[in-house]
Amino acid sequence: MHQEIKTTPSGDMVINVGPQHPSTHGVLHLLITLNGETIVNLDPNIGYIHRSIEKMCESLSYRQFIYTTSRMDYLSSHMNNHACALTVEKGLQIEVPERAEVIRVIISELTRLASHQLWWGSMAMDLGALSPFFYAFREREMITDIMEETCGARLTMNYVVPGGVMMDLHPDFQKKVKAFIVQFKSKIGEYHDLVTGNIIFQNRTKGIGMLSKEDAISYGVTGPAARGSGLSCDIRKLYPYATYQKLQFNEILETAGDSFARYMVRMREMEESVSIIEQLIDNIPEGEFQAKTKAVLKLPKGEFYTRIETARGELGVYLVSEGGTTPYRIKFRSPGFSNLSALNHMIKGHKMGDLVAVMGTLDLVIPDIDR
Amino acid sequence: MLSIANILNSFDVWLNKLLNPTLVMLVEMALIAIFAIALFAVLGLVLVYLERKVSALIQIRKGPNRVGPFGIFQTTADTVKLIMKESFMPDSADKFLYKTAPFVVMITAMLLLAPLPFAEGVQIWNINIGVFFITAVSSLSVIGILMAGWASNNKYSLLGAMRSGAQIVSYELSAGMAILSIIVLTGSLNLQEIVLSQKDGWWIFKGHIPAIIAFVIYIIAVTAETNRAPFDLAEAESELTGGFHTEYAGMRFALFFLAEYINIFIVCAIGATLFLGGWMPFHIGNWQAFNHVMDFIPSSIWFFGKTFGLILLIMWFRWTFPRLRIDQLLNLEWKYLLPISMFNLLVMTLIAIKGWHF
Amino acid sequence: MENDALLNSLQTSFPDAACAIGSDWPEIDIDGSDLLTLIQKLRYDEQWTFDYLFCETCVDWKTHFTMVYHLSSTKHRHSVVLKAKLDHDKPQIESLVGFYKTADMLEREVYDLMGIEFLNHPDLRRLLLTEDWVGYPLRKDYEDPINMIRL
Repeated sequence: MHQEIKTTPSGDMVINVGPQHPSTHGVLHLLITLNGETIVNLDPNIGYIHRSIEKMCESLSYRQFIYTTSRMDYLSSHMNNHACALTVEKGLQIEVPERAEVIRVIISELTRLASHQLWWGSMAMDLGALSPFFYAFREREMITDIMEETCGARLTMNYVVPGGVMMDLHPDFQKKVKAFIVQFKSKIGEYHDLVTGNIIFQNRTKGIGMLSKEDAISYGVTGPAARGSGLSCDIRKLYPYATYQKLQFNEILETAGDSFARYMVRMREMEESVSIIEQLIDNIPEGEFQAKTKAVLKLPKGEFYTRIETARGELGVYLVSEGGTTPYRIKFRSPGFSNLSALNHMIKGHKMGDLVAVMGTLDLVIPDIDR
Repeated sequence: MLSIANILNSFDVWLNKLLNPTLVMLVEMALIAIFAIALFAVLGLVLVYLERKVSALIQIRKGPNRVGPFGIFQTTADTVKLIMKESFMPDSADKFLYKTAPFVVMITAMLLLAPLPFAEGVQIWNINIGVFFITAVSSLSVIGILMAGWASNNKYSLLGAMRSGAQIVSYELSAGMAILSIIVLTGSLNLQEIVLSQKDGWWIFKGHIPAIIAFVIYIIAVTAETNRAPFDLAEAESELTGGFHTEYAGMRFALFFLAEYINIFIVCAIGATLFLGGWMPFHIGNWQAFNHVMDFIPSSIWFFGKTFGLILLIMWFRWTFPRLRIDQLLNLEWKYLLPISMFNLLVMTLIAIKGWHF
Repeated sequence: MENDALLNSLQTSFPDAACAIGSDWPEIDIDGSDLLTLIQKLRYDEQWTFDYLFCETCVDWKTHFTMVYHLSSTKHRHSVVLKAKLDHDKPQIESLVGFYKTADMLEREVYDLMGIEFLNHPDLRRLLLTEDWVGYPLRKDYEDPINMIRL
């Protein structure tokens, strides 16, 4: 009647974290080998939300396939759409109107802010502080309201079309974004008071989940997770797209490589995003919001690759076209997938409780990993 | 004067007129059992409601506001739901231990109600080793938690229970040391006498800085002992899903849940009794006029006011701080709190011997 | 290095390989058996230092497979695309796990969805699909009457 608890030959306990677990924030399944409280090995088992988006895209037209990508990394859905639209535009050599580009960048940065705020709240929640989640959502709600007014959706925006954006901005857009900036700037100090400066939080994150720069490169870790290790990998700076080369912003780098460094990168990135929005919000050029495109898009034969910086890191869209109305093959190089591959390396030798501190700063979004 | 003690006394006298002494004792014991269970339930409901409202206040939410005015019946509704729920038991669980565990935890919590002086002259059991009784019985609750964790046959439960065992056993030391430093001052283990010794001021004020240090250590240690955040590693939702009660459902889970809140009430009540004077009104030395004004507030209000003040403090902790890691938790106890409290106890003894306290 | 200069240096170093400028970056068509020697040079030679494998995938051309490797250098900030043609009946290629740790998961994904066998891969298992899944979904001849969308 009493079942044996399964162990490895060396006597370590194997424990399943997920697919339903409060801190994986999705259907991630981690097979963890525990020696007491110490993690000996971690084997990610993914695919619980694999929808084969790459295969689906092969039967969707160039206008349609963009929107399936909203469901990959749903927290940076606009940026996924943006990457796909850029790929199609690259293939067709469409000139995107200035106004559309600026709108795309503003929405991108708002999405990044919303994503980072959700991350901040959920990371604090994972570490046991439940209240910051609500403070983060207070500001995030303003962004989702702006999104809703702009394009009708709060999370999976589907606002981008090849050649521009789907519809023009709402007349209240600038006013509301400015109100958000004022609110955010007055509250960011509260974020730091509540979590960053907390001694327990610092003890939980400093020196945890060390990732050296070399390992970050080798594991293909990108985004804030890699910038916390001092690896310069911001696509917006290195390979600028849209209007990013005209903007003044800093690439946030921390050199410690631990969870706290990754945390600080994201916190400071939020402030950079606000500064980007501030530069653009009063300078949205007049004109068309969409370029004239044909009803049926046909990309020329060839291969197109677009790299873009989402909230989680580098998203690559590799599109192979045979000259038809649908992509022949699409590959999404998702940031979460590569970031997850470094988790085992980062977590080995740490305690079970550190798992949430490390996973939290990798900011994994499971549909992004599984696609 | 109409006070709870007088009412109880006249009731006792009336009962003695009606029945012979043996029967009186039996009737009174039965009444006390009902009272303990009722208090258990009422405190549970009130504290859960309070916790939800406090968390809502901190988290800029409204909290329960649908069932009854200001949602005061929300916890009652929840309890009804939990009673109606199927008490699911895993097939591979150790059935006897699994079923016993919640009762062990609950009975421990109920036993602790016995020596508490709720008001002037109101005490279930005026035992002369009250403090010793409380420290001894409260350490039994870890057995219930270990039983629950082991019997569930779930790895998360086991990890949670082991954490809890390590944690409670460690933190009991500092809590005990902090309690001892007051015992050194009063020279009595009787809770009623400890309260009476604070007639001219509470120990936290009379005992100089060592008493304040002991109070802070006591609050930290009991927060850990009751498995409250930031020391809630035993249940650590984001790490161990539910910790030792992962496999419990329905009323069995509710008993754990209630016992947690009763434990908080008890440790706060003891803290209030030892450091803040229990039911003793706020007195300052020889200021007779001021002391008499304070005496007009009934002693039960003083007791519950202080206790709930401490409970609010512990709730405030929970909704503010992140959780510690298990090694940090034990480091805090063995490397910081225990040496400090031992040293503090020495200083306190010196103060008591030399009579430097007020 | 700029694309043209990079192409020149690649051409002089690998006279056998077919180098050309693709849509974004220089592309090298290689034979699957040469992969490791080529990667060894690209990865560790000072003038290239392609230390970052940012995309590794496979395209099913019905008659053959093409493994596509996107390499980038975090030092020189240039990128290159490697393409290796594989046999359709028995697709096999050397694994890059020894050079890039990210290749571990990327190759498992390609193995899972395309059925390419990576030689000397330490842990070649299905990644997204279950162990008992039949077929490789991203292949063009894969048919799933229940789950597939056809337009």
